[in-house]
Amino acid sequence: MDAFTSFIFMLDSATRLTVPLLLACLAGLYSERSGIFDIGLEGKMLAGAFGAACVALITGNMWLGLLAGIGVSIAMALVHGVASITFRGNQIISGVAINFLAAGLSTFLGQNWFSQGGRVPSPPAGGRFDAITLPFADQLREVPILGTIYAELISGHNILVYIAFAMVPITWYVVFRTRFGLRLRASGENPKAVDTAGINVNLMRYRAVIITGVLTGIAGAYFSIAQSSGFINNMTAGKGFIALAALIFAKWRPWQALGACFLFGFLDALQIRMQGTELPIIGEVPVQAIQALPYILTVILLAGFIGKAVGPKAGGVPYVKER
Amino acid sequence: MNSKNLTKQLAAKAGVLAGGVAVGALLAGTALAEPAVIYDLGGKFDKSFNEAAYNGATQWSEENGVEFLDLELQNDAQREQALRQFARRGANPIVVPGFSWGAALETVAPEFPDTNFAIIDMVVDAPNVRSVIFDEHTGSFLVGALAALKSETGQIGFVGGMDIPLIHKFFCGYAQGAQAVNPDIEVYENYTGTTPAAWNDPVTAGELAKAAYDRGADVVFAAAGGSGLGVLQAAADTGNFAIGVDSNQNYIQPGSVLTSMVKRVDVAVADAFSDQMNGEWTSGLQIMGLGNDGVGYSLDEYNADLVTEEMMATVADLNAKIQSGEIVVHDYTTDSTCPGF
Repeated sequence: MDAFTSFIFMLDSATRLTVPLLLACLAGLYSERSGIFDIGLEGKMLAGAFGAACVALITGNMWLGLLAGIGVSIAMALVHGVASITFRGNQIISGVAINFLAAGLSTFLGQNWFSQGGRVPSPPAGGRFDAITLPFADQLREVPILGTIYAELISGHNILVYIAFAMVPITWYVVFRTRFGLRLRASGENPKAVDTAGINVNLMRYRAVIITGVLTGIAGAYFSIAQSSGFINNMTAGKGFIALAALIFAKWRPWQALGACFLFGFLDALQIRMQGTELPIIGEVPVQAIQALPYILTVILLAGFIGKAVGPKAGGVPYVKER
Repeated sequence: MNSKNLTKQLAAKAGVLAGGVAVGALLAGTALAEPAVIYDLGGKFDKSFNEAAYNGATQWSEENGVEFLDLELQNDAQREQALRQFARRGANPIVVPGFSWGAALETVAPEFPDTNFAIIDMVVDAPNVRSVIFDEHTGSFLVGALAALKSETGQIGFVGGMDIPLIHKFFCGYAQGAQAVNPDIEVYENYTGTTPAAWNDPVTAGELAKAAYDRGADVVFAAAGGSGLGVLQAAADTGNFAIGVDSNQNYIQPGSVLTSMVKRVDVAVADAFSDQMNGEWTSGLQIMGLGNDGVGYSLDEYNADLVTEEMMATVADLNAKIQSGEIVVHDYTTDSTCPGF
């Protein structure tokens, strides 16, 4: 295999690994832009993955699975919403609670329902999002460079991958070019001004939290019924926290979020592909060193290159109407 | 409620209480010598390690017409308590599958010198404990040979779970087996991670398998617990082959799983029960290898079309040579090296 093809394969792998990060990162963007910190992205994804796996297994329908994943994730998001918006609780604590709740509840229910140590078995045929071959991918495969890029990198993903990448311009448009987006951002920067304009700050924040639930639900479904099949305890493996890091790294902006998430996805793919391969001059690098690479680069990038990341001013502060 | 009814209820309750005490006394008096299994945290029906223990116990119970006790743990803190409870009730022997039982058993075993214990996948040094260890390297050797025989590209892969010596033992046996039938074979060695999370990360394991397939491998051995399911899925998605581990996993992706390296935990459990019943109990180390069907490779209707007569003959020959001592499979855990790899 020549270097170019192997590089395309690596980008292909990076694309698959970027998707859940990107969805979770954009999900966090809506919530945090409205002034609600959300460290419960991980828990919502996990709950979504569990819901999607259960329904896809029972119905054998991937779309119903996706809907269930979104539904469960919205329910978790509303728990966070009620705790931190209506009852003005501490948003960090509520987020931590969501993560614990999702991890414990999914294992507990999974064990009770399916008795496989908390696993949910693979869904039957039709219960999983399969790869889509874009038109002419097979004919164009032989065209040098562009054909390879089209057939291997752009074609051959499942629908959720395309949805995730489409969410970037959509999010940019919604947040920066619509009235809703302006109010959303204002709720996170200066909720008093929003209130003075006659807009219900808490309602805006609830909407944002629900959008967060939808996106983390899609990310969860991607884990259990697209990228893998079936649910396994804690299968999100900390991706929600990496998405949170990417969100700060991107300074709460959608295009930069794409860049940050792709960087993390690429580093992950790099460590997977570099295991056991011989590098020029250095030779074979030990597995442990390769696996530490994404974290080392993250620290360097975060410490040295992004400058000061300042979040929404009213982030983390429950809005109290003055009398 | 009138007073008559109340009296009746009280009487009934007293009766139940008395009955309970009587049963308790009976249990304590007769000291039932029922065998027992206490499963590890994965649960009784985990489609893998614990379920194998359950199957072994159930089959033994049906064959001999003797009941057995069992219990599923809910958390780590219950281990010692569960062991003591079973020992006090007179269960004998008590079998605990899984290396996580080591510390609890070390504490409890000396407290009940008249009870026999068996632990699987771990060594506990006590006069009343049998430690059952599997020869994973020889079983892996045979599936490695199968992988090399099946491979058309001369490249095969290995995806381990957590990067620990036990998993290197699997790899080392696998690579030696592949080399035995094809000296030019290329083996790609990968590990899912360095923390226990690596046992439950099918995404990373699946990507590692895809990377190996992209590089040209056409068979990948997954010794990765729950993460291995990602490898089997990747094999099915890309039209290649995978090899399962521990239990027979051939049915999970029919047609894509070449075989599974099985550890006969069920045999170990049934042996422990039988030995106690027949008065042939032995404590100390018990090695489950190829000779006593402790490890091996699985053949069933799901992979019948994938393994040819010729391949079976070659592997059977290797099996015989290992058992006769003609081939010595190096065990990684003895010196933490894998010569040649």
